[in-house]
Amino acid sequence: MTVITDAAENVAGAGVSGSRRVRRLTGRDKIVLGLMVGIPTLLHVALVWVPTLVSVLLSFSSWDGIGGLATIKFVGVQNYVTMFTVSPTFWPAVQHNVIWLVFFVLLPTPFGVFLAYQLDKSIRFTRFYQTAIFLPVVISAAVTGFIWQTIYDPDNGLVNSILGTNKPGVAYIEWLGDSHLNLWAVLIAASWKQAAYIMILYLAGLKGADPSLREAAALDGASEWQTFTRVTFPALKPINIIILVVTIIESLRAFDLVYVVAGSNGTKPGLELLSILIANNILGESSLVGYGSALAVILLVISLVPILSYVFQTFRKEQQS
Amino acid sequence: MARPRPGQLPTLDRRSVLKVLLAGAGLAAVPGLAACGSGGSAASDPNTVTFGSNGSDAKPKQAYQAVLDAFAKQSGGLTAKPNVQDHNAFQQNINSYLQGTPDDVFTWFAGYRMQFFANKGLLHPIDDVWDKIGGNFPQAVKDLSKSTDGHYYFVPIYNYPWGVFYRKSLFAEKGYEVPKTFDDLINLAKKMQGDGLSPFVQGFGGGESWMLLGTFDYLNMRTNGYQFHIDLMHGKESWADPKIKSVMDSWKRMLPYYTPGASSKKWEDASAALVNKTGGMMVIGMFVGQSFTSQADQDDLDFFAFPEINSQYGTTAVEAPMDGFLLSKNPKNLDGSKKLLEFLGGAAAEDTYLSIDSSNLAVNDKADTSKYGALQKKAVQFIADAKDLSQFGDRDSDPGFIQNVVEPAFAQFVQSPNTSDSLLTQIQSQKSQYFQS
Amino acid sequence: MTAVAEVPATAASRPAPAPRRKPIRPARVVLHVFLTATALVWLVPFVWAVYTSLRTFADTSQHGYFSLATALTFENYQNAWEQAGLPHYFLNSVIITVPAVLVTLLFSASVAFFVSRFNFKVNLLLLMLFTAGNLLPPQVIITPLFRMYLLIPLPDWLSNGSGLMYNSFLGVILIHVAFQSGFCTFVLSNYMKTIPHELTEAALVDGASVFRQFWQIILPLCRPAFAALATLLTIWIYNDFFWGLVLFQTGANRPITSAIASLQGQYFSNQNLIAAGALLTAIPTLAIYLALQRQFVSGLTLGANKG
Repeated sequence: MTVITDAAENVAGAGVSGSRRVRRLTGRDKIVLGLMVGIPTLLHVALVWVPTLVSVLLSFSSWDGIGGLATIKFVGVQNYVTMFTVSPTFWPAVQHNVIWLVFFVLLPTPFGVFLAYQLDKSIRFTRFYQTAIFLPVVISAAVTGFIWQTIYDPDNGLVNSILGTNKPGVAYIEWLGDSHLNLWAVLIAASWKQAAYIMILYLAGLKGADPSLREAAALDGASEWQTFTRVTFPALKPINIIILVVTIIESLRAFDLVYVVAGSNGTKPGLELLSILIANNILGESSLVGYGSALAVILLVISLVPILSYVFQTFRKEQQS
Repeated sequence: MARPRPGQLPTLDRRSVLKVLLAGAGLAAVPGLAACGSGGSAASDPNTVTFGSNGSDAKPKQAYQAVLDAFAKQSGGLTAKPNVQDHNAFQQNINSYLQGTPDDVFTWFAGYRMQFFANKGLLHPIDDVWDKIGGNFPQAVKDLSKSTDGHYYFVPIYNYPWGVFYRKSLFAEKGYEVPKTFDDLINLAKKMQGDGLSPFVQGFGGGESWMLLGTFDYLNMRTNGYQFHIDLMHGKESWADPKIKSVMDSWKRMLPYYTPGASSKKWEDASAALVNKTGGMMVIGMFVGQSFTSQADQDDLDFFAFPEINSQYGTTAVEAPMDGFLLSKNPKNLDGSKKLLEFLGGAAAEDTYLSIDSSNLAVNDKADTSKYGALQKKAVQFIADAKDLSQFGDRDSDPGFIQNVVEPAFAQFVQSPNTSDSLLTQIQSQKSQYFQS
Repeated sequence: MTAVAEVPATAASRPAPAPRRKPIRPARVVLHVFLTATALVWLVPFVWAVYTSLRTFADTSQHGYFSLATALTFENYQNAWEQAGLPHYFLNSVIITVPAVLVTLLFSASVAFFVSRFNFKVNLLLLMLFTAGNLLPPQVIITPLFRMYLLIPLPDWLSNGSGLMYNSFLGVILIHVAFQSGFCTFVLSNYMKTIPHELTEAALVDGASVFRQFWQIILPLCRPAFAALATLLTIWIYNDFFWGLVLFQTGANRPITSAIASLQGQYFSNQNLIAAGALLTAIPTLAIYLALQRQFVSGLTLGANKG
């Protein structure tokens, strides 16, 4: 535990000269401290971590949610077997989540980085550009869904009207109804938000970065591209990690937008996502609690990979610094 | 905000006091505001009965309100407070609704979908109510109001048939004839398409994929008979059976004539095509009459039975879902609720409802049918002549199964008809998750 | 670590690259054109929604949506406000958001204080726990949480009459607090680290209790961080859709952002009304953003720039 004590000491001791010893706290102080940290922690653990654990336990059960705990039947890994081999929605959902992630990593995230880089240069109107581009981030994902639904409407929406594809029988594209198109249509709507979010995070990072490195590179005759890839980008490693984690987490958490657009009744072919599948198993008429929990566990496991690596990396740095 | 110099202890300034107050107020505000702002629940008020309703479309909403007002007039101080939800959302949330804090009395449907909740112990049996109202109903209706344990749970108010609806004037204009067989139907559709009309008006988007079941149910009953259909709905037959495959093959013949964009429209919006004569026929329930707002249009509305496929079964099976009311397990006002249910099971309630929403039919023997329009009279006869009455796919079967397995599969089928075989296999393989017997 | 303070300093101290600047006028112009185009494209969905919402249903039914409006009117906004009962849902949102933000800040500050000012062995674990908990997808915990809420009894006055934590404002407030504490704790602990220890040491010398240190010294100094976090939290919590959807039974108690979904259910084809309703929902967040943009951005950067 020495290591962690040292780490904690370093965490707490920034900006202080000389040695510090844990000072003696009065009994009353201890109680206050205990409450100050105990109550929030208890709430957090009770409402976040305990349900996570219960989800894992429930995934091995079969329960329709009605009746008391006594009606829960334990069925081992049957839910997982069903999920992997029988369910027609599970693998498409995984596929869609992966597509979502890859899409985000390839398009809106780099675009956001690019925009941030351009906006970092001291140019005029940067305030206007930032404000305009950043607007999607402050409206909720659900409202985003409503707005884009009117844009994608096959008869009257903006897209079809511009393209002229709102003539049934002649040229008619159902952006949200066609299972081959709807995921991409939704991804564009989601990217509208995501690129802006990444932009602002990266811009913050750039502003906090040391400019002398860039100037040194420029003085050495490096081109803009070289400066970016060799100097700026590597120097922003903490931000890069955050951007990556945010991208991954947001693609795993995608729910509001799709739920609003897909109609809340069952899954729409083409727009299955793990989060939607889970919600359908709870919000539907006869719920499969065990099966829904198994889905939740899969989502949890996938999410824990980036979460844990981020958390460990961040706090190990704290330890070392 | 001046930083205190080392050695100086800051005094308690206004800002920190404000912070304490704010935080405290934050916590205290919750119950205070909750008490005044929530609106929704009447505590155990002996003079109020809460009434949950899924009648969110204009006419049903008005009609239920009129019924509740009529109840209040004759109840001697008892009033019913309605809680109207969007009808799709109401059905969607029924599970959590019943387990959380349901209203005392609420609208629901007859069939497996009712028995399902009764068997889970979420409903209150109402045998005593039926002692009073039993004389008003024919045996068939009585049977549909019981659950498998033999107790009564359901008070019916109306039913309506599903059929193929059309406008008489359009058919007369274009010289169309009512088809007798399925082949005739497809030929008619082809003709309509040649005339520039949309042959099969459909709308199953916006959370209404249950509309697809109407077509499936009839195709199945016409092809394989009523008993097979009910057994299938109750999980006793296999969805991968060749019998179903032939149903899907028939369905494939209809698909080319579906309105484009059907999967993005609700039936309420799609029916506009029927009203303005750009569409020819619609496989739907009689509630489509709600879209015909002018009297002239309404008089022009007619329907025919879904045509015969297999002469062994003819057209003797009719899909006639019945709507009504249930009593939740632990109502806040049990006596008041039972009084409300007695009223709802009486002719007066029936008459009041139908006087506003005439796209439905009374199930009460004592109801006044003299004001029935031509369409209603035809529908009554239609149901009376039927040999078998089904309740509709999502009421005859396990609701979760229908919603999470069957409806998405059908929505997929409509887009890619060639995948019908694999879709059926998928439905079959997921069946065991829902039908535990 | 004060990213907020750093920004102007950095910008001001950056020397103008005059001597090294090649004639990059054309490139600058291209850049401006690109950025303007991007900004305009980004605004198109908004503009479309606003335009649609200002037209009447009759107008668009007749002429289609992609046409010049015959007249612009606020009728849809009025209808959405009155028919859909939006004021009631707004009130629900306020009842949920305000306490949630305040309590989250209070709790996070408490834990951050604990973690940043004292050497306890459990500090690191706490931070990791909170941060990880913040990043979980909500769907992972919804089933057990829902079941839990159905089991916890609350007095009627606290639970909107349901007698359970399900369907109560308190339930939703608590889950928001639990979920958002992670991010705020992390940010505040970083922020508090930069507060010199001489201040608290002096207080201790004077015999102040831990609580007084917290309340009178640390908290006031965190005000910029609080402002930033409060802005962020208000927008995030207000924009919540999922908890408001699942943890309320139906209808009446939902916050506006979740209630808007049932508006969609009822008025599916009337896009003018839905656009108006959706934009009405977004107005508070837009207002906060435009008024407090600096705080909002610095809130994000506080989390991003970890010293």
